[in-house]
Order: sequence, then structure tokens, then C-alpha cells
Amino acid sequence: MPGMVSLTLAGFLTLGIMSFVYKDNPIYKFCESIFIGVSAGYYFVLIFYQSLLPQLTDKIGLTGALTDSALAYYRQSGSLASVQWFNLIAAVLGMMMLMRLLPKIGWISRWPLAFVIGSIAGLKLIGELQTNIMTQIQKSILPLWAPQYVDGSLSLAASIGQSLTNIVLVGGILTGVIYFFFSKEHKGVFGGAARVGIWFLMVTFGAAFGLTVMSRMSLLIARIDFLLRDWLHLLG
Amino acid sequence: MSQPNPSAPTLGPGFWEKFALLDRRIIFAFIFLGLALPLFYTIRQPIPVSPEGRAYYQSIENLPAGSKVLLSFDYDPPSSPELQPMAEATFKQLFTKNCKLVVIGLWPQGPQQAEQALATALRDPRFKDKKLEYGVNYANLGYMAGNEIVIQKMNADIISTFPSDYKGNATASLPIMRGVRNYKNFDFIINFSSGFVGTREWVQFCVDRSGAKMIAGNTAVQAPENYPYFRSGQLKGLLAGMKGAAEYETVAGQPGKGISFMGSQSVAHLVVILFVILGNIAYFVSRRKW
Repeated sequence: MPGMVSLTLAGFLTLGIMSFVYKDNPIYKFCESIFIGVSAGYYFVLIFYQSLLPQLTDKIGLTGALTDSALAYYRQSGSLASVQWFNLIAAVLGMMMLMRLLPKIGWISRWPLAFVIGSIAGLKLIGELQTNIMTQIQKSILPLWAPQYVDGSLSLAASIGQSLTNIVLVGGILTGVIYFFFSKEHKGVFGGAARVGIWFLMVTFGAAFGLTVMSRMSLLIARIDFLLRDWLHLLG
Repeated sequence: MSQPNPSAPTLGPGFWEKFALLDRRIIFAFIFLGLALPLFYTIRQPIPVSPEGRAYYQSIENLPAGSKVLLSFDYDPPSSPELQPMAEATFKQLFTKNCKLVVIGLWPQGPQQAEQALATALRDPRFKDKKLEYGVNYANLGYMAGNEIVIQKMNADIISTFPSDYKGNATASLPIMRGVRNYKNFDFIINFSSGFVGTREWVQFCVDRSGAKMIAGNTAVQAPENYPYFRSGQLKGLLAGMKGAAEYETVAGQPGKGISFMGSQSVAHLVVILFVILGNIAYFVSRRKW
């Protein structure tokens, strides 16, 4: 019985959200508000019990989310022997962040924000350079003629196919970069290369849009499957 | 001055002019039917497997039996139609290979998604005899806030990053975690992701810094930004959206929701393509007349 009630509720809420397709209406607003409220509450509780308590109160010696057996284990093994007071620094920074809610002392929230932005920027800078620039450049330096061997002998068809792939890839990168080079007027050969770059960009956006459509369809399929199979039992 | 003839036919808007102004709700109705009707039928269609999908399967297949694998579930229910079929099929293949699985989540609802996928995989009759045991064969360490900082910290010490598991046990007390300190103690890493934090951050902070081998399952929206990582070898395999799930189910011989939903996906895409073509014809015909 409770299962049927929750299924029916979920079914009506799904239809309520879908009703926006027809036009904006009070039922949609109601369902949207429920969704936002429940999500916010759920995330708060989840983060409080799964993150804040084990990362703060447990580590400064207070009992939190860890079960008694887990606490006993860590105390026995000495992991909790020394109270990790430095975690309080993070707690204080977190509290300072909340000062944003008080307009008169809202400026205090800039300090933890500066800390977060600074540390993340430093951390990401290396990652971006290494992962998305150095490695990608290195792996994009490809031979324009790439002989392919099948069973020890040169395969002309495979070689031409791989070479064309490499040419398209290298050409796409170079012309794409040229398009974004604005220190020289896009005229003549340079302008032509920039126009080819636009075509590569358009194909990329098209592929990304196609995949986005597929992604959104997938969500809708799952909801329709829920309505027809789980709720209405119309599918076997 | 001649009077207009009332009996002469008036020049009203033609079919294409009307079509160009078609109410979008009619298109929505067609899309809905295109998605819903195929669910009532079994549509068999060939599902060609991409090199990325095949590499994903082969990477797991090449793992030695009993390998220790870390899986990160970085998505929530809205993305489950695309990622859950991948996760379920992945668990099944890993259990077939007798791998030891450690699950974490960098999205709050990730570990819950993992629990559901694990439950589905464990119901498979093939694993009844294996007597798979929590803490020994698999474990769920739960969610940890901190995004990429968590990935970075795990490279130093996983136990202190996840002091307790999803069920509240001390992580260090789990038999599966014996001898595990950082990524070097895992043979393989698998990431299911639908955005930030996700595959991009795992490549940046785990793969490129620790040399770990990783494959990923992405939502279709996210996949284009991660294809370069596959080509560069930073990812060993990549599944993109429901199509990726269907590819993987095909190559692994485990038909699931990925394959069964592809019928709806294909018909709906045909409807979209049809409306794009008709819409363009209507646009050009109308423009010529105006």
C-alpha cells in the first residue's frame, strides 16, 4: 500500500512537471516548488551527516556520524588518539562564509572566498596545463602519412584511412586556432583558413547538440517508462 | 475603377506557410508518441559498437582475475537513465572477473545510485554461487564533499579521506581495504559522471598525477568534452549516454535497459530529423513567397 501511494504521487508529480509543455500553469509551479524544496532539504541532510559530521566533529574528538564500532576501531588503532584541531580552521572559514547572510558584516565572507578561489586556482592551473594543454598538444602532433601494417605487410586502404584521420585532426586544430587569432585580419589565405576553422567549429557544435538531444530524450524515455511500466503497469 | 470580384478565390496561406507556424505543442505530441509507442514493441536494430565502447569492455576484460577496482559514482537520479545501465553492466562484468570493488561518490546521491546498481547486479543468478560478501568482495565508502580536492587527497591517503563507509563501519576495518593507501593500490579506476565533478577532474587529478588507468561512462551531454582524453590515451575507454550503454550491453552480451530503450531513442530521433527537414522546407518556401 505505501508503495502504491508513493508511486501514484510520483506519477502525478511527473505529469504535473510535464504539463509545462502545454503551458505554464499553477500545477506545474506547485510540483516545481515541491521538487526544489525536497531537493534542498535532502541535500542538506545528506551533506550534514555524510560530510560535515565525519569530517569535523569526529576529527575534533566529538562523536558524529561514525558508528560506535567505527569510533572504537579508530581509537584502538590510534587514528583518533590525537584530536585533529586543525579541522577547526575549516569550520571557522565555513562560518565566515555564512556571514554573507548578515549585510553589515558580509565583508567577512570575502576572506574564506579568497582562500577557496586562491587554492582552487593554484590547484587547477597545474591540472589544466598538464591535462588539457601539454598532453593534448603532444598527442596532436601526428604524422600526416601514417602507414598501417596488417599481418606484417603494408595495408594501403588502412594507411590512407588513418592518414586522412590525422590530416582532418591536425587541420581542424590549426584552422580552429587560426579562427580565434584576432591579431591579424582574416583576409586572404589566413581568412580562408579561418573560414575552414568555422566549419570545424560548426560540426563540433552540431555533434554536441546532437548528443544533447539524445541525452534529453533519454531522460524523457525513463520518465515515460516509469509512467507506463511502474505506475500504470501497461508494459510487461 | 473596377470592384473586387467576391467570387474570386482568395490567396490564403498555403500548407508550408501554415507548417512554418506550427504550434510547438504538436511537435511535442509527436515526440512523446515517438518515445512512448516503441516501448510497447520489441524493436530489434543493429547496434554498432564504437571503438570507445569496445575499448571500455576490453579494458575490463583484460584485467587479471581478482583485480582491485575503484569506482566513482558522480551523478544523481536525473542522469540515471543513461548511466545506471552502464553501471549495472559494469558491476556484472567485474563480478564475473572476481574483481574486488571499492565504490565512492563525489556527488551526494552517487553512493545511493551505486547501491541500486550493486543490488541489481547481485540479483543476477550467475553470482549466487560466488557468495559475494560486503567488505570482502565489495564496499561502498559513501559520499565526500570537496570535489577535486577529494580526488587529490585520495592520492595521499584514502582511509583518512573516507574514515567511515556508507554503512558507518570504519573503512580501515574492512578486509577489502587492507593494504590500500592510494591509487597505486588499485589496478583500475572507473568513473561514471554527468558533469562537475566528474571525468575531467579524475583525469586531471588522478590519471595524470598518479598514472592510474581509467575508463569512464558519461552522459551524452558531457561526452564531447572527454573524447579527446580517449584519443590521447588518458582514458582507456569511454561510453557516451544511452547509446554507449547499449553498445556496452551488446559487446558484453548483457542485454539491459540501454538496448531496450534504443528503439524509442531511434524513433524519436527520426521524428526530430523529419521535423527539421520539414521545418527547413517550410522556411525556404515561405521566404521565397514573401
